[in-house]
Amino acid sequence: MNAHILHTLRYLPLAALVLILGACSSQELGSDADAAQQVYVAPGEYDEFYGFMSGGYSGQLSVYGIPSGRHIYTVPVFSQLATNGYGYNEETKAMLETSYGFVPWGDAHHPELSQTDGVPDGRYIFINENNTPRVAKIDLNSFQTTEIIEIPNSGGNHASPFVTQNTEYISAATRFSVPMGDDGERDVAIDSYAENFQGTLSFIKMQDDGSMRLDFQILVPGFDYDLSHAGKGPSHGWSFFTSYNSEQAHTLLEVNASRNDKDYIAAVNWAKAAEYAAQGEGEMVPADYVRNYIDSDHIAKTERYNEVRVLDPTELPGMIYYLPTPKSPHGVDVSPDGELIVAGGKLSTVIPVHSFSKMIEAIENEDYEGEEQGIPVLRYDATLAGEVQNPGLGPLHTEFDGRGNAYTTAFISSEVVKWSLETFEVLDRIDTYYSPGHLMIPGGDSRKPWGKYLVALNKITKDRYLPTGPELFHSAQLIDISGDKMRLLLDFPTEGEPHYAQAIPADLIMDDDMVRFYPLEDNQNPHAITSEDQARVERDGNEVHVYMTTIRTHFAPDNIEGIKMGDTVYFHVTNLEQDWDVPHGFTVRGANTSELLIMPGETRTLVWTPDRVGVAPFYCTDFCSALHQEMQGYIRVSPAGSDVPISFGTGE
Amino acid sequence: MKKQNRIIMGIAALLLAGVFVFPIWSIKLDAPQYPEGIGLNIRVNTIEGKSPQDLQNINGLNHYIGMQEIHPDSIPELKIMPPVFAAFIITGLVIALWGKRRWVAVWLALFVLLALVGLADFWLWEYDYGHNLDPDAAIKVPGMTYQPPLIGTKQLLNMRTTSMPHIGFFLAMCSMGLAALAWWRER
Ligand SMILES: [Cu+2]
Repeated sequence: MNAHILHTLRYLPLAALVLILGACSSQELGSDADAAQQVYVAPGEYDEFYGFMSGGYSGQLSVYGIPSGRHIYTVPVFSQLATNGYGYNEETKAMLETSYGFVPWGDAHHPELSQTDGVPDGRYIFINENNTPRVAKIDLNSFQTTEIIEIPNSGGNHASPFVTQNTEYISAATRFSVPMGDDGERDVAIDSYAENFQGTLSFIKMQDDGSMRLDFQILVPGFDYDLSHAGKGPSHGWSFFTSYNSEQAHTLLEVNASRNDKDYIAAVNWAKAAEYAAQGEGEMVPADYVRNYIDSDHIAKTERYNEVRVLDPTELPGMIYYLPTPKSPHGVDVSPDGELIVAGGKLSTVIPVHSFSKMIEAIENEDYEGEEQGIPVLRYDATLAGEVQNPGLGPLHTEFDGRGNAYTTAFISSEVVKWSLETFEVLDRIDTYYSPGHLMIPGGDSRKPWGKYLVALNKITKDRYLPTGPELFHSAQLIDISGDKMRLLLDFPTEGEPHYAQAIPADLIMDDDMVRFYPLEDNQNPHAITSEDQARVERDGNEVHVYMTTIRTHFAPDNIEGIKMGDTVYFHVTNLEQDWDVPHGFTVRGANTSELLIMPGETRTLVWTPDRVGVAPFYCTDFCSALHQEMQGYIRVSPAGSDVPISFGTGE
Repeated sequence: MKKQNRIIMGIAALLLAGVFVFPIWSIKLDAPQYPEGIGLNIRVNTIEGKSPQDLQNINGLNHYIGMQEIHPDSIPELKIMPPVFAAFIITGLVIALWGKRRWVAVWLALFVLLALVGLADFWLWEYDYGHNLDPDAAIKVPGMTYQPPLIGTKQLLNMRTTSMPHIGFFLAMCSMGLAALAWWRER
């Protein structure tokens, strides 16, 4: 406590100076004209990096250009997005299916690029959903979400998704421990937490065809699990998970989970666990969860599973060792050489750094200080490489520049602190605006950081932009880390909560594989038609199927009659365009979902149940050409039982 | 004819096979909204986009101004040209073997005639596409025609249209030159 007060005193002179000078000048808020030049990307030029920022409570993934800070795209993942109909149209609804039913919102936190040999490779980006535990995979040649897998036996998927060196596995850990098992075992008093609540660490295996399967879960004590990173190089085969609430409190955690001087980092030998799983060890436990995926036909499908392999470390030794770590550790980050394991002790006054080689030695010597619910606890001093003194208040997350330096965010003191991986001495610090959570250096959690920029992802934005009422976008701050001193270049607002981010050099994604349109001849949607002369309307009982095409600048058909009250109308719309960046939209008056946005060469279906007699207009929602406004049509709805025959046409 | 000149004549005939491999003519369109470029290659038996989807996209653009769609299947020239070129290759080889100087001249003269007729036909084809517009077109610019140039560059609305001979054409020129050389050396 005293240390906190002493540390805060450091800021008093600055505070006094600000008071004397009155309102802050822009100079004090950071950056200058020279910095502006460094982030200026002239019209027609490309940014150097793709930056992927989670949307937090928006459930999406936002794509930014770095260094310009321009928001260039939003990939819908765990939430419906009216912009392109994701989660609304018939082809993508199944992506949001879970064992809890259709869940159209999620809380997305940690984007994580796929890696080859410990280096981001630009094939996929994964992102977790906390509330309804899920992990998604986004293909980076199309920037589309193509797979979402649910995590059973999880109370909240926060420590997720972290990839191993060659994307062999994607790990996920439960934030909240929960009672597991059948109905009878789950219906327990909350204050029986210590006996009945358990945590799980899940390992999703990447299949050869690029799809994801939940391979196994490891049962762990009922703590809260926070973050993770996989080892690399010498520590490849291991993953590290932070935990807090080793007190096993279940109420008022701010007090009750902050009592212990140390919590744990769980060092998990996943290679060993995978071996156990392959040998059929552990137990198949009932668990309902789904996997949703989109493959070559562009139609989402849901697969249901009802059991999962669970490995118990008290029965299968050698999988987990605890590294005692002060105090309520949050982030856990592995240095590029794979040797140092850095904890963000969010209530700690130092940054503890463990050594992987010392850890292995301690395991070999059984240098334990005890055990925790059957899991060996290694001696703190036996694994410690060093402690960073005076690292700022509330150190959370660390990334690396690949030149022997680490950068840690200090949430409470609103700064980024740079320190040496050799001497553990603080080398530099820079204020952020305000309260940074994660920070990101392109490749900064990999074996090969592109250590030129750092982005601080701040929780508070007040006074940085024109005010927008009580709610303000969060802010990201771009900091130049190429020199000895960090330099603030730019801050830019970000949508939702940019919880964590990853970035990769643009040319690793912007290659010939990038999808610009879908060849019509490859369209496998069963409702696709490939030319206007196949356009038609078919009645099937109370269902009417409209097979429609779009092209600049008309629909075929654009006049439809013979629909009756009580019908359900399916508009199967195929975009015949074969040109980059020419989607067409489709909507009809009174539609209860969203528009369709149909990419060139693709087919999408909108379901419409007319609720009144009359002639309803439909039109293209995406400004597609000079005659976009003329791109419209009518559909006539007659009373139930009337004898208007089905008819349709264009251009009569 | 001397052996050497007969070889030259043989090469002249064989060079013509190049038109079955390379496009003869190319039309390139530049517009601000097509930064990656868009264009057509005219081959001996078909017209195709420089990128696979270009033909469809050009047809799409042309419909604004009422230009006819280009359907290679319905252009008779593209049916006639392959056998004509095949005939020139075969007769050229026969003449090379046979070695009668006068027939080299006949072959060359017919070939030059074919080239001239071809160019004239191409110009007429361009004229038809550029002038024979749908009266119901969405965009009508008074007095505007959309005939691309035979050779060179012309601005057509927002499109900078460049029409140029392609490799196949130059191979045909070389073939002509070699036949002329064989004939001249045989004096
Ligand atoms: Cu449109």
